[in-house]
Amino acid sequence: MNAVREYLGRNVRQYGIVAALLVIVLLFQVLTDGRLLYPNNVASLIQQNAYVMILAIGMVMVIVAGHIDLSVGSVVAFVGGLCAIMMSQWELPWLLAVVLSLGVGALVGMWQGFWVAYVGIPAFIVTLAGMLIFRGLAIVLVGTTVAGLPAGFIGISNGSVPNWFGFVGDLDVVTLVIGAIGIVAFAVAQWRSRMSLRRHELAVEPMPAFVVKIVLAAVLIGVVTYWLSLSSGGTPIVLLIVGVLIIAYSFVLNRSVFGRHIYAIGGNRHAAVLSGVNSRRVDFGIFVNMGVLAAVAAVITTSRAGAGVAAAGMNYELDAIAACFIGGTAVAGGVGRVSGAMIGALIMGVLNMGLSIMAVDAAWQQAIKGLVLLLAVAFDLLSKRRAALA
Amino acid sequence: MASESNILEMRGITKEFPGVKALQDVTLDVRRGEVHAICGENGAGKSTLMKVLSGVYPHGTYDGTIVMDGEACEFRTIRDSEARGIVIIHQELALVPHLSIAENIFLGNEKATAGVVDWHRTTSEAAALLERVGLSENPATKAMDIGVGKQQLVEIAKALSKRVDLLILDEPTAALNDEDSAHLLKLIDEFRSHGITCIIISHKLNEIAAIADRVTILRDGATIETLDLHGDEPVTEDRIIRGMVGRSLDSRFPDHEPTIGEEVLRIEDWTVHHPIDTERVVVDHANLFVRAGEIVGMAGLMGAGRTELAMSVFGHSYGSRISGTVLKNGSPIRTRNVAEAIGHGLAYATEDRKRYGLNLIQTIRENISASALGKVSRWGVVDSQAETQVAERYRTDFRIKAPTVEAVAGKLSGGNQQKVVLSKWVYSDPDVLILDEPTRGIDVGAKYEIYAIINALADAGKAVIVISSELPELIGLCDRVYAMSQGRITGEVARADATQEALMHYMTMDKGVDVR
Repeated sequence: MNAVREYLGRNVRQYGIVAALLVIVLLFQVLTDGRLLYPNNVASLIQQNAYVMILAIGMVMVIVAGHIDLSVGSVVAFVGGLCAIMMSQWELPWLLAVVLSLGVGALVGMWQGFWVAYVGIPAFIVTLAGMLIFRGLAIVLVGTTVAGLPAGFIGISNGSVPNWFGFVGDLDVVTLVIGAIGIVAFAVAQWRSRMSLRRHELAVEPMPAFVVKIVLAAVLIGVVTYWLSLSSGGTPIVLLIVGVLIIAYSFVLNRSVFGRHIYAIGGNRHAAVLSGVNSRRVDFGIFVNMGVLAAVAAVITTSRAGAGVAAAGMNYELDAIAACFIGGTAVAGGVGRVSGAMIGALIMGVLNMGLSIMAVDAAWQQAIKGLVLLLAVAFDLLSKRRAALA
Repeated sequence: MASESNILEMRGITKEFPGVKALQDVTLDVRRGEVHAICGENGAGKSTLMKVLSGVYPHGTYDGTIVMDGEACEFRTIRDSEARGIVIIHQELALVPHLSIAENIFLGNEKATAGVVDWHRTTSEAAALLERVGLSENPATKAMDIGVGKQQLVEIAKALSKRVDLLILDEPTAALNDEDSAHLLKLIDEFRSHGITCIIISHKLNEIAAIADRVTILRDGATIETLDLHGDEPVTEDRIIRGMVGRSLDSRFPDHEPTIGEEVLRIEDWTVHHPIDTERVVVDHANLFVRAGEIVGMAGLMGAGRTELAMSVFGHSYGSRISGTVLKNGSPIRTRNVAEAIGHGLAYATEDRKRYGLNLIQTIRENISASALGKVSRWGVVDSQAETQVAERYRTDFRIKAPTVEAVAGKLSGGNQQKVVLSKWVYSDPDVLILDEPTRGIDVGAKYEIYAIINALADAGKAVIVISSELPELIGLCDRVYAMSQGRITGEVARADATQEALMHYMTMDKGVDVR
């Protein structure tokens, strides 16, 4: 039991944010008379906030490396507009248009990465310029809106995984299968990691903690699965996209050499360079990656709106940055995790949704979100200061 | 006891930092109107003494008395000491690069009426001061647009803009070329004729011999002696050196019988210029070599160019206009970036652990693997279990005092941080290890452990270069020692012949003297 407590103690920062999310969920659950967690609302929570989560994944990497990206909102509008034009005016198949859009996102990332990494202009300035450049280009391209997009494309953000297996009672079987696969995959991955630790003769976490962790994860996935399977559509397609991205990028940041170089640069750039890390290439890669993820967010945003809109993506950069900071990413760089940023994004999303259900005025919503951001970072700072004293 | 002829008397000055006695019962008498030099090895306590005098360390944080003009003084801030006419010019110049010369001269002391700056007065007074120090520059020129020699003169002009009775110059010529140095010394001579007393801290014994009236020698935080350069007995540079180093070696070093093999690394005709002031030569046609199993020392005073030599070889991490050849096992190699240098089996552990050596917010594990992540990864994916295993091995072998390798590097003691840095470079499995001040800021016990690790590395066939400012360390540890002075390798001493006097002789050798 002591071992379990020690394990929890070491990970308290991560749990602190999860606790904050749970408190906010419970609060709104009460305030909205239980409407917050209606199955359909849970599904649309994910659909509405997918863009923040995707952008925040890229933004975590940017901020951990000690940079910032203010241009992602404009890039969303620019790439989204281009994507819409490709489909409605050039009449390209929508899948091809999506792939081309991701390529355009990569080019945008290369453009900004070039100035940051190889010319050495601070990212704040480069992306501030990018914010103006790409917003301007979006307006030039799109005018106001480009409508008439194919149904398949619109389905990305609004549709669900088709109901191939029918229903059991009210439950969508496809959703249940996806949930079951998720639980099994998680358990297998954990088990393999444990076996590998054993093989290298390293300490493994205590068996009770291991079992509890898997059971908790299974319950969590199970509840979400059950709930989603009750919703009118089942599993939203964007949930799968976001889920795959979260898993892939958690892996990149934690386990890949590229990810480790990002942390090394953010923690002490001099030391990283003197250890043989090619900091320019890493910086360039980070911005290319951010460009691609902004393009993914552009596709999802455009699909959800059903049209290319010049004003799309307004303030998205701020949402993404806020999600990162709420999720414990350090302003000075070197510290931050994808999981944290995702929880930060969910906190913002739940706030949005809860306040909307309560019909709070949009202006007040914004003010409240700002306050939450400030408090979250203050909490982080104070708890670190206390840890330093202890 | 106070004498009429003394402008300054410091008596029984003792200053302690946690765990270290930086100054112990130091005495310093300075006569009115003289140029008084202070000499000592790095870490002898020269700068600490000047910080006590100028109020950087306020009264009450040290023991002892300061008497100025026969009056006891208790300086609490730099302003207090300046009010008594003591002005200090630090080694690192304190000019604001984007402000003009005139603005810099009167910074903090603006020529203003009711808070409104009088620019005409500022400019004309600045011009007058510049003329006094022999600098023909427009006062409106920005400080960053003039060379470091002229910046030094601006600092002096700034000092003269205040009431100055006692001018303290800390290593004023360390960054200057010969011509600028000569001009500065002439200026000091002129001040003397105008009745300004100067204290000059310098490593350059030839300059001291040329300009000073008396010299006080500090060693290990204590006053050793004060020599009169105009006395009956002539004071030679050797005489000063003897005072600076005169202590015995004790058994602080593990026994070691070297097994020396083939030559591994040779550096030929290596010349490096300053990264910003590209005219200034920092390393001047250096030649050296190391053999497998050999520990080679690099002796030199601050600014001699040792770190600059090492970092420029290690992937051009320092300097501009680098020329020369690096040969590995007899054939020339390119080391134009750090990755290439590491690829050729070089490793450089920096003197500044916190700034250049460690990622303080990451764990021991992540720091150890940082320079050789490729060895614990496949297809760009890190095998974190293998990585932990490696880190655990070094934690045990090098006795890094931390509960697990997941401890954050910033929370370790200096000695343990140094062991993490060593682990990082040992794990990259280099053929040549350059260790820059490997025991700086480390207590004696941990030093012994570090020496043992260095010996073990040499025994494993690595070629090791140790840069150190502690002469006993070089003599106790190294098989051969190179001495550097003013960017040149001025001497090479085998272990059998290595004495502190011999090394100090080469370390203070002037550039103008022909080495061969």
